[in-house]
Amino acid sequence: MTDGSAVSLWLKLLESVVFAALVLIYVAYILYADRKIWAAVQLRRGPNVVGPWGLLQSFADFAKFALKEPIIPAGANKGVFLLAPVVTGTLAISAFAVIPVNWGWAIADLNVGVLYLFAVSSLGVYGVIMAGWASNSKYPFLSALRSAAQMVSYEVSIGFVLVTVLLCAGSLNLTDIVMAQNSSLGILGWYWLPLLPMFVIFFISALAETNRSPFDLVEAESELVAGFMTEYSATPYVLFMLGEYVAIVSMCAIMSIMFLGGWLSPIPFAPFTWVPGVIWFLLKTSFMFFLIAMVKAFVPRYRYDQLMRLGWKVFLPISLVYVVLVAAFLEITGMGGQFH
Amino acid sequence: MVATVFLFYVFSIVAIASAFMVIAARNPVHSVLFLILAFVNAAGLFMLLGAEFLAMILVVVYVGAVAVLFLFVVMMLDVDFTVLRQGFLQYLPLGATIGAIVLIELVFVLGGWTLQPATVTMRAAPLAPNVTNTAALGRILYTQYVYFFQAAGFILLTAMIGSIVLTLRSRRGVKRQSIDAQNLRDRKVAVQLRKVPSRAGL
Repeated sequence: MTDGSAVSLWLKLLESVVFAALVLIYVAYILYADRKIWAAVQLRRGPNVVGPWGLLQSFADFAKFALKEPIIPAGANKGVFLLAPVVTGTLAISAFAVIPVNWGWAIADLNVGVLYLFAVSSLGVYGVIMAGWASNSKYPFLSALRSAAQMVSYEVSIGFVLVTVLLCAGSLNLTDIVMAQNSSLGILGWYWLPLLPMFVIFFISALAETNRSPFDLVEAESELVAGFMTEYSATPYVLFMLGEYVAIVSMCAIMSIMFLGGWLSPIPFAPFTWVPGVIWFLLKTSFMFFLIAMVKAFVPRYRYDQLMRLGWKVFLPISLVYVVLVAAFLEITGMGGQFH
Repeated sequence: MVATVFLFYVFSIVAIASAFMVIAARNPVHSVLFLILAFVNAAGLFMLLGAEFLAMILVVVYVGAVAVLFLFVVMMLDVDFTVLRQGFLQYLPLGATIGAIVLIELVFVLGGWTLQPATVTMRAAPLAPNVTNTAALGRILYTQYVYFFQAAGFILLTAMIGSIVLTLRSRRGVKRQSIDAQNLRDRKVAVQLRKVPSRAGL
């Protein structure tokens, strides 16, 4: 190994650590925003005591959880019980390895970036199943069964939505997908407009994939106590909660890359194009999270059979037909991206 | 590259060790978890070979979908380990024979392995530098091997229809929700306004 490659390897490592830390800080404020938005919808104040306007609330919560004693149930399968939150947390963070926040600002600029994200999000179910089984208790187990079926079902329609985006962009590379949306039309040239039904399906499927309200049947407190997290406390619990929110933020980031032009400026002329791409990217991601938080605030929980019906009987046929339509349209008009 | 070599040994050692643990683990759920670890490490090896598409598909299909269902089934089984181990010595000769036959077959197949003359040139020039291996696979799969690809699709479709037919039961007396019927209800059908005369009732 030459000296240069060793240095670049260490630099990459440093980059990854800094990026992961920034993502976690962003997620801490996303958590705070979630509680504030929820409170505002219900005409409450939300967290407002720790720090100015309660801005340090998330950090106080993390410190509290980290200082508590983790309790492992006597009947639990110890190894798997402790492995499950680690799996959830690691997988959620590792999705950010391929997400470009600006032109060339990605830890890994993979050629199969979309597939990587798809793979990582499909692995997210393992944390839940392992936790549910290892807890050796009935509510977590029921929750694990629910989540396995739910996440596998909605992955199918997410896959088809991704296929339509890939067809339009002609690449599996996330940077290429963003650049394919770069046109003189600005916001009107992004994929949310021509692929609007797919955007809606992806948004709803992302809620189901991350077990977010109104599809949070996995942790439905009226039926399953706290679902797979019932037996968890202290640091393992924090890893689950963090993993969940990091997964939600990564879904928001994916939506802003696939449908909202990533770091591109919505208005493609001078004063707006001077704004750094990171700012646009953060704004778009935060906007998507705002929508998800609003959904949590005013949509009641789905029933389980309705959830399954929606996934298999509504989203799957619609997305399948749309893939065929998009492919046919691109083939006939010759507008399809050249795969290279 | 030292890092590549290092990663190769890490992935292969973990893959082999976890493959061994699949058969050695006492708890079947642990076996499946080790199987998943083996899959992930195999995907890592694919990645080192430059086959990133295959690596990702392995993770998405096998780890993300097949192994989940596998784990699902194994978790539901109530396996009694003492019963499972009772006939171990009794079945050992039969199992060993089958294992030996499979091993000999594998040796024959791999020993007689020759590369087709056509592929030698492809090995020398594997890919044009600006073609990703997703595009290269797509090109060969949808042109030269399109009939095989379609045939594989039909076989999977047949299997799917078969499993649906085997498990589908239409039970009588089950109340099902009909979303269409619910949506078609309107105010006229659902609501009835009546003027109730005082002290007379309806």
